[in-house]
Amino acid sequence: MYGRRLRGLALTTAALLTLTLVLVFFWAPNDATLGFLQKIFYVHVPLAIVTLCGFIAGGLMAIQHLRTRDARWDVRSYVAIHISLVFGIGVLVTGSIWAKGAWGHWWVWDEPTLVSFLLIMLLYATYQPLRFAIEDPERQSRYASVFAITAGAFVPMNFIAVRLSTAYLHPRVLGSTSNLPGPMALTFLVSLLALALLFATLCKYELTAKHTRAQLRALRRRLDGETAPAPARTRSAAPSLQPVARMSARAGGGPA
Amino acid sequence: MSGRPRTLAVVAALLRKEARVELRTFESIPAMTLFSVSTYVLFHFGLQEDTLEGNLASGVLWVTLLFAAVLGINRLFVADDEQGGFDAFLLSPADRSALLFGKAAALLAYLVVVEIVTVPAFALLLLGVGIGQTMPGLLAVLVLADIGVAVIGTLVGALAVRTRARDLLGPLLSLPLLVPIVIAAAKASTPLLASPVAALPARWLVTLALYDLVFAVIAYALFDYLLED
Repeated sequence: MYGRRLRGLALTTAALLTLTLVLVFFWAPNDATLGFLQKIFYVHVPLAIVTLCGFIAGGLMAIQHLRTRDARWDVRSYVAIHISLVFGIGVLVTGSIWAKGAWGHWWVWDEPTLVSFLLIMLLYATYQPLRFAIEDPERQSRYASVFAITAGAFVPMNFIAVRLSTAYLHPRVLGSTSNLPGPMALTFLVSLLALALLFATLCKYELTAKHTRAQLRALRRRLDGETAPAPARTRSAAPSLQPVARMSARAGGGPA
Repeated sequence: MSGRPRTLAVVAALLRKEARVELRTFESIPAMTLFSVSTYVLFHFGLQEDTLEGNLASGVLWVTLLFAAVLGINRLFVADDEQGGFDAFLLSPADRSALLFGKAAALLAYLVVVEIVTVPAFALLLLGVGIGQTMPGLLAVLVLADIGVAVIGTLVGALAVRTRARDLLGPLLSLPLLVPIVIAAAKASTPLLASPVAALPARWLVTLALYDLVFAVIAYALFDYLLED
């Protein structure tokens, strides 16, 4: 079952997110130079890390899909990339706000991380159109996996290329946690954990929803009689689980 | 029977076929060339400059070549898709990677032919400095960038051609993947097109070569999956 540990996961995520907010606003000290503005760092950087890990995880799951030909891996890869795209928009928005506050411009080209991130988002923005443009579900998932692996490999390479191209005008004080004072580092790590959990929760939610929908469809078909024609598949960018095979596999194990 | 034909022989046969198709239809190379020259004219009016040098020249050259390449990428597999080339290839006992190598080599050849015409045209129309003495360095950058464009273009072309929106998806997929090539190629050729001419920065050549290599490996690993059905 997909939904079994969902409630626990969701509650833990909510608690940890609340703790993060408390730590960010009441415990972590204000930055000496940037002041209160620096607190966006606790959202922006962990969000970016989670997003990039999500993209790479989507690529790894796509490798698994091509190797095993198991449609569930394709659904997982799709969900990981989907949620990462949503998070990625958050990264661009928070990064833009931070850039405006710190450097006075909504966009700065000499910040390699921001630029790399934009390129990655531009590439992944074509993931859904690509899926949508292929009607055959099997080919759609196969092509999507090829894309996910290529794009997943592009993520680190693109970072290297953009970073090489940029002269460092800004000192990278916030580039790593090693030079952060204790409370800041701890808040950052808690925030990273909370956002990673949020990512996991959202992925699990989407997977559960897809699974439930597939089950419902299978039950409905059974109610209409096994001979009822399969409902026409509506054109969609999202993969759906195959209900028929799963139901028959479970039929031996007792009533569903 | 000795089993599978040798990959190299298949690649050569594919290249001959591509050359024959291109010579009979003139579908890609003339269009890419004409497009490049038109774009130079557009840049002349858009930038309102009679001559360019340095980073501006480098940027105009690379953006133009890249867009021309995208035209070629979009056409690369269309004939195979529409006239049964894919089916015929899959029916043959040839190694599937041969199609990747053959198509990448064909695209590379297209790019080289296009550049033989359009780089001198660029020098003639827009460039404010002579490129005679920096030609060897520029050639190295062009070749390395072309290899990367050919490899990425073949992978993306195969990915996009059998979708409903292939004319749209081809450029959308290839441009972000080609940005690192533009970064490296533009940075590498800027000092070559500046006055006074500076030395070719070697690290950008290394970056280009590494990017080519990584994408060649990725394309080699994934191309087979685009050909099953």
